[in-house]
Amino acid sequence: MSLKTKNINHLTVHSIAQVVNGTISGAPVDTEQKIEYAFASDLMSDVLMLDTNDITLITGLANPQVIRTAEMSDINLVIIARDKKCSSEMINLARENNITIIETPYSVFKVSGLLYNQGIKPIF
Amino acid sequence: MNIKFDIEGGNFSSAGLASSEVKRLLKQLNIDIKTIKRLVVAMYEAEVNIVAHAYQGEADVEINEDHIKVVFTDHGPGIDDIDLAMQKGYSTASEQVREMGFGAGMGLPNIKSHADKLNITSEVGKGTRVEIICYLNA
Repeated sequence: MSLKTKNINHLTVHSIAQVVNGTISGAPVDTEQKIEYAFASDLMSDVLMLDTNDITLITGLANPQVIRTAEMSDINLVIIARDKKCSSEMINLARENNITIIETPYSVFKVSGLLYNQGIKPIF
Repeated sequence: MNIKFDIEGGNFSSAGLASSEVKRLLKQLNIDIKTIKRLVVAMYEAEVNIVAHAYQGEADVEINEDHIKVVFTDHGPGIDDIDLAMQKGYSTASEQVREMGFGAGMGLPNIKSHADKLNITSEVGKGTRVEIICYLNA
């Protein structure tokens, strides 16, 4: 049974990793964390413009500024799509700032579609 | 309380260090998280601007009882037309900056929307001064 049919509108970090066939790195997973909203962007200024808290960032960029952007925006889950690999600098920065990373081979579009289908909401 | 940070032009891996330090400090001072976010987002965009466009710069952070003031001063090419630079979508950023997820002409508008006050002065060929003020309990 899919999570949607159970009418659950949030996911845990582990269930998100499973849905997007991803690998977890960065800060240890907070098993209590409930993911409800996500935002997909490759433009970090658009992420910094948001005033919503507790969102998950889906991006196809893999550089330290993605993690810095998450830090400034109080985002603690970043999904790196398109099979991009995180550098050790990114992973260390994420650990320092309590940010969990999921690397996935899927495209931003596919990740967004899969998570939307599981009940994760857009912020606008 | 006053703190000064040096910002190195062109060094993308250190871009954000000053904003990160200030965020940590403000959390320790129990400043309201919304105010912290507004200030550090504005600071971070300004920091990225120095890294992206200038040779060298600094951030002078002044924490007062009712407001925080950050002055970014850089040695760089300066801004010829500040009104034009403030327009959403206007950018002179390099390809390298765009690859980092910036340079889409949203930096200065983003600073303006997060800060309570923004003052920019610039001299072409010399550099730019960006003053950001966020009021506490605003």
